[in-house]
Amino acid sequence: MLKQLAVAIGATLLAGVGVAAAADITGAGATFPAPVYAKWAEAYKAQTGVGLNYQAIGSGGGIKQIKAKTVEFGASDKPLTQEDLAGAGLYQFPTVIGGVVPVFNVGGLQPGQLRLTGEVLADIYLGKITKWNDPAIAKLNPAVRMPALPITVVHRSDGSGTSFLFTTYLSWSNPTWKAKVGGSDSVQWPIGLGGKGNDGVSAFVKQTPGSIGYVEYAYAKQNRLNYASMQNNAGQFVAPTAANFAAAAAGADWAHAPGNYLLLLNQPGAKAWPITGATFILVYRQQSNEASCKGVLKFFDWGYKNGDPAAVQLDYVPLPAQVKASMRKQWAANVRGPQGPCYP
Amino acid sequence: MAPPKTQRLERPRGAWADPLFRAACAGAATFVLVALSGIIIFLTVDGWPALQKFGLGFFTSTEWNPVTDIYGAAGPIVGTLISSALALAMALPLAMGIAVFLVEFCPRALSRPVAVAVELLAGVPSIIYGMWGLFVLAPFFAAKIQTPLMMSVPDGSWLSKLIQGVPNGANVFTASLILALMILPYMAAVFRELLLTVPAQVRESAYALGSTPFEAISKVVLPYVRTGSIGVIMLGLGRALGETMAVTFIIGNSHVFPKSLFDSGSTLASTIANEFQEATGMHSAALVACGLVLFMITFSVLAIARGLLSAQRYG
Repeated sequence: MLKQLAVAIGATLLAGVGVAAAADITGAGATFPAPVYAKWAEAYKAQTGVGLNYQAIGSGGGIKQIKAKTVEFGASDKPLTQEDLAGAGLYQFPTVIGGVVPVFNVGGLQPGQLRLTGEVLADIYLGKITKWNDPAIAKLNPAVRMPALPITVVHRSDGSGTSFLFTTYLSWSNPTWKAKVGGSDSVQWPIGLGGKGNDGVSAFVKQTPGSIGYVEYAYAKQNRLNYASMQNNAGQFVAPTAANFAAAAAGADWAHAPGNYLLLLNQPGAKAWPITGATFILVYRQQSNEASCKGVLKFFDWGYKNGDPAAVQLDYVPLPAQVKASMRKQWAANVRGPQGPCYP
Repeated sequence: MAPPKTQRLERPRGAWADPLFRAACAGAATFVLVALSGIIIFLTVDGWPALQKFGLGFFTSTEWNPVTDIYGAAGPIVGTLISSALALAMALPLAMGIAVFLVEFCPRALSRPVAVAVELLAGVPSIIYGMWGLFVLAPFFAAKIQTPLMMSVPDGSWLSKLIQGVPNGANVFTASLILALMILPYMAAVFRELLLTVPAQVRESAYALGSTPFEAISKVVLPYVRTGSIGVIMLGLGRALGETMAVTFIIGNSHVFPKSLFDSGSTLASTIANEFQEATGMHSAALVACGLVLFMITFSVLAIARGLLSAQRYG
């Protein structure tokens, strides 16, 4: 009995080693895109036999790991600046798009019925606007009678790409926010309470009449949360839909973003959702292992080509075709192994 | 009478294993010390940049700003101490009640199953308490206790200051309540074991002298296990101090001093759990320094417990 067990364990271990030896791709980083990478990896392995070992340890961890060269690629929701990339010899490219949606709990309002601007949203999060019937909110919502309910502000307590996008958007929209708080994956919130993760935030919002919070688009959609419409760069009030996220990505000027440092916030376009962001992959420009260099790009090339349905199914927004095309061109020019470009 | 010298020519069988056995045991003991010093060294080295930069301000300032890279952990430190102390205050009388009932009053047939149930409760993972707290306790507390309480006290009184806050159940008080629930079964189980060590003669003597059950328990049985009880309290406190997930879910996570019992706060452990994943540079150093502070607090709790125990051993 014991012997059989030992043999079984031994066999499993050997099998595990065997799989690992078949050059799995290793990566680590952002938790936000982890579900879609997992889905891609499953299908990719079925087709090519090459697996992906992705550890969702957070964007900060992903950047640390790629800099320590313990993984073949890092993943981050927060793009690195051109200087950071150049300093570390890294190159980054986007994979899928997501966004942040303000959600609220005010009785009698339908999803999308509440209209907000970035500036008013920042004033709410600064504690300057404390009641739902504040003139600033009433002015944006002439058709609705807002109640005299106090506003309870809910934010993420854990450091996250979602908070980074949200606070950066508030910084861009409101000079006071920029001066007092700023944009980062965790900030010193002037007021409000923090929930852990999307589910923590949404639980507090659901349980507190008069509250406002923000969650990832996929989470808001799957849980049918009551979202607000936001005014975009073109002055239109838009709802957070997949089409409007795609509009933000399509309108963005990737060609003139050095190092692909591009936040898809406040992008032009009549339909563009203003709080949109891409998630990024980090690889070294000059790599010493030909197979690993090619393997990573091959995987993401496969994801660009075949991964859209899986992404849509999980409520991510695929990159527009022209963005993918320009990324492929960049790969050929920017990522090199010992024997020249790793792509195509 | 000296033993004959030539009695043992051969070494006993298996004697060669003796030094090996001794070395293995010594290794096991050393391993713990090495691990412990490894942790202290890691916490000190990695947290040093933050302690060096902010100095005493790290312990006195409530400014915790990852954007400007300025960190003061006074909020989480105070939050940790308050929530743990409150939890202990709530859990201790209940734990004593449970243990005394199980040992002194409970019918024998019932005592064993109840004791097992209490021990099982002690094994429930903390994340379960956290989810239950967030989705069940917090809404219930907000609707049935916090809101009515806030409505019924006069504005501006000291009581209204004590209980002001957002009425949604995510605050220092509910976090302490969850903590109390978590340490309660643990404390009750150890306390029960402790009471079982009281010799039957001691108890019987008390009754023989005409004590009522209350007198026998409060004047004879409890004083008999006084030293052990301090150990139980410290174990409970130790667990409450370091508890992370359940608290993170429900304390409201703001890095300031809680202004009232029903205000949101944070603890050292919840701050680390929240932010470590995405932290880099000074932020990460500040979080490790928080870990060091937590380690120090837990360490001093244990040291005080040891001190009290040894002082009372022969008392």
